[in-house]
Amino acid sequence: MPRLVQAIRFARTPVLLLALGLLVSGCGINTIPTLEEQAKAKWSDVQNQYQRRADLIPNLVETVKGYATQEREVLTQVIEARARATQVKVDASTVTDPNKFKEYQDAQNALTGALGRLLVTVERYPDLKSNQNFLALQSQLEGTENRIAVARRDYIEAVRAYNTELKTVPGVFWASTLYRSYKPMESFTTTPENQRAPTVKF
Amino acid sequence: MTLRPRRVISAIGARARAPVTGLFAALCMLAAVAFAYALTFPPLTGRVVDDAGILDPATKEALERKLADFEAKTTGQFVVVTLKSLQGTSIEDYGYQLGRHWGIGQKDKNSGVLLIVAPNERKVRIEVGYGLEGDLTDAVSKLIIENAILPRFKAGDYAGGITRGVDDIIQVLTVDPEEWKQRAQQRSDHRPPSVDLIIFALLLFVFFYVWRRMSRQNRAYPPGSRRGGWSGPIVVPGSWGGGSSGSSWSGSGGGFSGGGGSFGGGGASGSW
Repeated sequence: MPRLVQAIRFARTPVLLLALGLLVSGCGINTIPTLEEQAKAKWSDVQNQYQRRADLIPNLVETVKGYATQEREVLTQVIEARARATQVKVDASTVTDPNKFKEYQDAQNALTGALGRLLVTVERYPDLKSNQNFLALQSQLEGTENRIAVARRDYIEAVRAYNTELKTVPGVFWASTLYRSYKPMESFTTTPENQRAPTVKF
Repeated sequence: MTLRPRRVISAIGARARAPVTGLFAALCMLAAVAFAYALTFPPLTGRVVDDAGILDPATKEALERKLADFEAKTTGQFVVVTLKSLQGTSIEDYGYQLGRHWGIGQKDKNSGVLLIVAPNERKVRIEVGYGLEGDLTDAVSKLIIENAILPRFKAGDYAGGITRGVDDIIQVLTVDPEEWKQRAQQRSDHRPPSVDLIIFALLLFVFFYVWRRMSRQNRAYPPGSRRGGWSGPIVVPGSWGGGSSGSSWSGSGGGFSGGGGSFGGGGASGSW
């Protein structure tokens, strides 16, 4: 019997710690960091897809140049917009700093707009449209734009979950005590340009 | 005197109730918005889900067999679906959400493919899971749609277009990309595939021979540890069987389900 008591006494501290741990994790102590990591992962997905688009553009511009030399203006706009979009510096604070985030989003949106105008222009060149290389590039670009849309939506959803956790019970208690350094993250907004259908001129 | 504290409590209660009610109302509104936005998906009844009813039973059965065969041979999972309606959204938007909803493809490989046909909107899409984007690229998907599927759809031949599309996709996914390149370069003097098969069979034979001899030796040497010598041969076939059949993730006992794979918008679409 005394041995049992001793064993219980010996095991008491770890058991208590375990129970406390379970209790605390049950209260969602891990939720904020977990959600933040998820949102960060989605953010890198978004960046990857934008990068992929930027990588496709030089080839696209070269191919279009060969057929549509008089469209210099549209091509230059695309090249400039790409340069501006890739020049935007992205670091850890981009997702929490509204100004930096807006800068990134605006640059990428400008590139989306320029690319859209280029693809509309291209409609006037049947030779180019039947070029195999161009068709492959165009389908890759379409696929990338689609992936960007998916990645953006996943990011918006992840940020929504994270920001909600920071502001609602029980997350708000942890946010005001343990996780004071965790800031709400910025999210994408759909611009009027994105929602407007591209105008086609004949 | 006795009433006062109670009144204070009820006052606190009333004050606290207002924000709680507000929060509840906000939650309800959020749920309503989420419900309004959510798309509905047809149930995953098999490898061919003909929601739009454009396939005859014979074609459907042939497709089912091809898709099941593909699933048994590779780590991929391929489902053909025809839709009554895209519910007002684009086929790209619907496609990746349907893929995620069903969880087509192995969870750790995200190796799912969907061929989606929306006859009422005249749209078709090949939706490619994350893990297969390198093999079935956007450009290849587009080529399959343009060359194999759309000409037949334009002529009103849904069964033919879908069958050709499925054949081409399976071909792209089962043939090793290196082999594709070689085939394209030297179509005339390619080696008959039987040579590779013979070499493979020979290697397999040698392997089994050596393995059996070794396990026999193991048994002969330490007389006390017979079990230890046997455990190898027992474990190895077990893990082999699981790897080659891949039945751990697809319901092989009649029911069919997705493996939990995810989609990120890879693939291509077309319209006719």
